[in-house]
Amino acid sequence: MKKVILGAVAASLLVLSFGISRDSHAKPAASEPANSSDKYQIKIDNFSFAPATLTVPAGATVTWVNQDDIPHTVISTDGKEIKSPVLDTDEHFAHAFARPGIYAYYCSVHPKMTGKIVVQERTPSRPR
Amino acid sequence: MPRQKEELILENHNRDGVDRRGFLKCMAWAGTGALCVVKGGILRSYSLSDPSALAAGASNGELAFVQISDSHMGFNKPANPDVVATLQAAVDKINAAPVEPAFLLHTGDISHLSKPAEFDTVDQVLRSAKAKQVFFVPGEHDVLEDNGQQYLDRYGKSAKGSGWYSFDQKGVHFIALVNVLNLKAGGLGSLGPEQLDWLQDDVKGLAASTPIVVFAHIPLWTVYPEWGWGTDDSAQALAYLRRFGSVTVLNGHIHQTMRKVEGNITFHTAMSTAFPQPQPGTAPSPGPMKVPADQLRSLLGVTSVDYVPGRHTLAVVDSSLD
Ligand SMILES: [Cu+2]
Repeated sequence: MKKVILGAVAASLLVLSFGISRDSHAKPAASEPANSSDKYQIKIDNFSFAPATLTVPAGATVTWVNQDDIPHTVISTDGKEIKSPVLDTDEHFAHAFARPGIYAYYCSVHPKMTGKIVVQERTPSRPR
Repeated sequence: MPRQKEELILENHNRDGVDRRGFLKCMAWAGTGALCVVKGGILRSYSLSDPSALAAGASNGELAFVQISDSHMGFNKPANPDVVATLQAAVDKINAAPVEPAFLLHTGDISHLSKPAEFDTVDQVLRSAKAKQVFFVPGEHDVLEDNGQQYLDRYGKSAKGSGWYSFDQKGVHFIALVNVLNLKAGGLGSLGPEQLDWLQDDVKGLAASTPIVVFAHIPLWTVYPEWGWGTDDSAQALAYLRRFGSVTVLNGHIHQTMRKVEGNITFHTAMSTAFPQPQPGTAPSPGPMKVPADQLRSLLGVTSVDYVPGRHTLAVVDSSLD
């Protein structure tokens, strides 16, 4: 049940914030169809980030969704790029990565939980 | 519930299901410091449903106090939809005990989401305790978002640093430590250099015969690092305490009782008043453990501690809520 209701909010926020390096955080809303944001979605479940490493193109927005009964956070290990509020059950957080790089992050509440976003240069022209 | 038979005997929470031998063996431990059972280097304690057994120890005691932990006020998921009722049941149980504790210790995760209303509710329930004094340490759930400022404003006005302090009661030196802030990626609980320096200084002038009680949220011994159940720099803290003849370490965080003895140091974790968590490694994660409603209160509880002058070890006894 809780897995279905998240995409919609993420979608609307993604539209607004696409291309802008901005974070969004929202409570779950009523059910609407799933959307393209699932492309770069990280599930927080059983005290872990899945996938633990995600590779995205520069400019992509990544959304974290907390499916645990326990609150978690998403915070850059170096304290810079990513800083989510506390995400309770079913809440999500989105962050747009403007620049290429490797962004290590963790849950500041449960620091054993770690993950990594690899942001790659956008290829100027698509191969064929 | 998947519990092994050996532990079923020692941890039987049902009033009518207590194995006599296991029960007596554990009572002997509670009074004298003898051990219950060793499993993987960890001494497991048991839950006691009979308040009259509590009284037997406490009435001789010079100092009796009760530890409560992990009330997680605000949690409302299926594992326990009414954490107010179970906290109240814990207070009622403490109030019904024949010996009134001198004070309560709350070893953190007072709230679930650090919301003011959650702390307010806990304060309100605790006002119904006969024991009027409550000493707190924060859990990681109490310091969300604001690095613990709200916690300090409420509970730590006279504390040092992020909330650590010490006090003396009837010759026992109590030390409250904070290990839930400034956690490093990939790491465990953390005390930090400032607090460790303070601890070293705090115990410097004490005679080695002074009984020490240390309380903190996350265990100060490594219970299960895979789930973050330990404190990275606890060894340094324990190094400052090893010269003392009796050190009792009381923790919460893991929502189940566990015990370990290391020289003069006895480690003990308390049950939650809100929801149980699985035994290490028996589930995909340490998340709340859902049990049938009629079993919930047998897995929640409080911990009574007695200090009798002249006795080497403090008696630590767990009681479930049912
Ligand atoms: Cu977490």
